[in-house]
Amino acid sequence: MSDASVPAKPPAEFLADGARWRWAEIAFWLAATLPYFVAQDYLQLAGQVLITGLFAMSLDLILGYAGVVSLGHAAFFGLGAYACGVASKWGWGEPITGLLIGGAFAGIVGYGASFIVSRFKGLALIMITLGLNQLVAEAANSAHGLTGGADGLQGVHTWDLLGYFHFDLYGVTAFWYILAVVFACFLLTRRMVHSPFGLALRGIRENSTRMVAIGAANRAHIRKAFVIAAFMAGVAGALLTETTETVSLETLSFQRSADVLVMLILGGVGQLYGGVVGAAIYMVARDRFSDVNPQYWYFWIGLLLIAVVVFLPNGIVGGLKKLGGYLGRAGR
Amino acid sequence: MTAALLAKGLDKRFGSLVVAGGISFELPVGERCALIGPNGAGKTTLINLLTGMLTPDAGEIVLNGEDISRAPPARRVRKGLARTFQINSLFPKLNPLEATTLAVCERRGETGDFLGRLAARRDAVDEAYDILKSLRLDGVCRRETRELAYGQQRLLEIALALATQPKVLLLDEPAAGVPKEDSGELFQVIDGLSRQLTLLFIEHDMDVVFRFASRILVMVGGRLLLEGTPAEIANDARVREVYLGSAGHG
Repeated sequence: MSDASVPAKPPAEFLADGARWRWAEIAFWLAATLPYFVAQDYLQLAGQVLITGLFAMSLDLILGYAGVVSLGHAAFFGLGAYACGVASKWGWGEPITGLLIGGAFAGIVGYGASFIVSRFKGLALIMITLGLNQLVAEAANSAHGLTGGADGLQGVHTWDLLGYFHFDLYGVTAFWYILAVVFACFLLTRRMVHSPFGLALRGIRENSTRMVAIGAANRAHIRKAFVIAAFMAGVAGALLTETTETVSLETLSFQRSADVLVMLILGGVGQLYGGVVGAAIYMVARDRFSDVNPQYWYFWIGLLLIAVVVFLPNGIVGGLKKLGGYLGRAGR
Repeated sequence: MTAALLAKGLDKRFGSLVVAGGISFELPVGERCALIGPNGAGKTTLINLLTGMLTPDAGEIVLNGEDISRAPPARRVRKGLARTFQINSLFPKLNPLEATTLAVCERRGETGDFLGRLAARRDAVDEAYDILKSLRLDGVCRRETRELAYGQQRLLEIALALATQPKVLLLDEPAAGVPKEDSGELFQVIDGLSRQLTLLFIEHDMDVVFRFASRILVMVGGRLLLEGTPAEIANDARVREVYLGSAGHG
């Protein structure tokens, strides 16, 4: 029953191959710096894309790798945004610790929610995460004294980065700061995906019943992934707060939860780069389409979504990988 | 000597339907035991009860002297009770090397590590590879599981169970769907497993059962009709009547 035609690479080396950096990845991150060099007018949009990309990447960790569908992920984005904003309003505007405050707060709430989330699947899970999002959004709305309610949180002030780099009006400091944080979070995610834990998450996504039959503690794995994803979403929210110096209820909206899911599906679920690529395509498309028609721009997003799901089931990144595979084989 | 696996008075009902009624048996260490019976006899249900995928209404399950009746399924696996599935239950988009390494890492408690590299767990990877090699899957272990031939997928079922280092292995029709000419080869692989490992396997092919089993349990209608050596079972009139047919075996 064996097949000798497959070239035999030592097993550990074969697994290590999958985790190696590709030239396309290096090119991708170099390209991410381009807005600074060639399109300074779009630095703020680029920053927003990267923040949203980080948010989508955090959703990918639970959806793409563990198969946990969430329609309420904005809860953690918003919690991170508010935690960082409130800390700043109360006198602590140091950006790096602000990120940790936002991430930690979202992570703690995520830890509590993970005990419920890890017990459910499918439609029930979608409803629970949606309900959680609504709960958090309404709690923020009603806590007017703390959050500013529908008026948004005012009085946020971000200190200079490392006590030296001022967050300028052109968004140069903000852009590099966001890019550095998103890249650091990406490195963490990449490491995780190629770790034994990442393999366990893929196992749960592929066949949770079989995971039990090999002795896996599925719920513990899902709880851990959920907390890390909540932390990263919180960091993304905090980044938005620090670079815009305001927080609105929109950070907690259902629309944001739905949008990030759409972005991830566009980019490619479980593809590591799907979140960032999906966010870039979605937000640039929104920017362009809304220029053409500010009222009906979502029509084109809908069309794009259907086209991607029908023709590229693994999203745009999945399609590009497939294309790369074909070209690689054709070139040999 | 302590039995590897002991079941005492296992009962399970779905409404008025009795799917397991007062099932008791004992498997000594190293036993190769076949579980036979007509379709709907409750054989897979019994495996589900033993592994905790179904909760019995009454009864006790003892693994190596330890009562595991209330242990959740994953804990039973960690204590040494593994199973395979009648219908392949694998990880389609993982390759066999990843899937088996995953099972090894789970057993070793290493899957909580989210910052270390999988490939750096060389011991686990090599152990997984050795298991695959022992089942003649080394040549295809780098392909996605969904691309493997059906017989190879059946062997991978066993590889995943072996990676948990079980003391008792429950095989639910390991040769199901495998052409008859290949099932003998598959059972030879199974028969070559360590003699410290206790096996209970469900199988419909009586040639295979009488060739590889040292003991046979016969189930009918959710109850254990009798148990005995292959010779005893082959000569029992009740078995011939309900299962083997009037012609009997051989």
